[in-house]
Amino acid sequence: MPSRRDLLTRSAAIAALLAAGVLPARAQGSPWNKAAFETKSIDEALKALGLAKPAESADITLTAPDIAENGAVVPIAASTTLAGVKRIAFMIEKNPTTLAGVFEFTEFVDTSVSTRVKMAQTSNVLAVAIMGDGKVLFAQKEVKVTLGGCGG
Amino acid sequence: MPDPMRIRAQAQPNGAVVRVLMSHEMETGQRKDAAGKVIPAWHITEVVAQWNGKTVLSAQWGTAIAKNPFTQFTVRGAKSGDKISVSWVDNRGERRTDEATIV
Repeated sequence: MPSRRDLLTRSAAIAALLAAGVLPARAQGSPWNKAAFETKSIDEALKALGLAKPAESADITLTAPDIAENGAVVPIAASTTLAGVKRIAFMIEKNPTTLAGVFEFTEFVDTSVSTRVKMAQTSNVLAVAIMGDGKVLFAQKEVKVTLGGCGG
Repeated sequence: MPDPMRIRAQAQPNGAVVRVLMSHEMETGQRKDAAGKVIPAWHITEVVAQWNGKTVLSAQWGTAIAKNPFTQFTVRGAKSGDKISVSWVDNRGERRTDEATIV
């Protein structure tokens, strides 16, 4: 149980950070899309994100292991040299919830990102790239999982 | 206060490679405890990365991002000595911001 003093110092620190505009305020940027993160299939996820039917593209590079021994930590990465890609979403077809994450790029970063995801079972992993003009492209790869990372 | 992040930002010829390791449980809401009760989901929902105070990358995450999340990205034109800060907020409203200097 934190003491009153702790709480006071903490809230003061948070207020200072808020004032400095350091924290991701709800007002700026897109709010967390709860509906999209609860979808159970690729189609539903695309719909919840308001995306058109994606086309497979060789210009999107998805890096993922062929076999993931531990589904709790699967390193994946996506990159593209195409100009105009604003966002990349990672989707895992057979996870309890399809959408893993959406990354939004600005002109100050390369359109390339790596992260680690959890996979419940062997599944296709998709990197869905959303272009500024609304076009949607994707790359996919099957990752075999020997030990699931969800449930249990 | 949640545990600090580890941020490593290294200058390269055409920008800076930033690696972030956050400390977070990232509970999926799928697991059950010993008594068979579902452990509620607890995960980071939003992440913002800034370069010298300017937002360069943001992300929305679901429960499928691995525990103690790792992210790597490259900031174009960033130089040694520049500041990189990363903030996250989770679905319980907890927040954390950490800053690193590009080396």
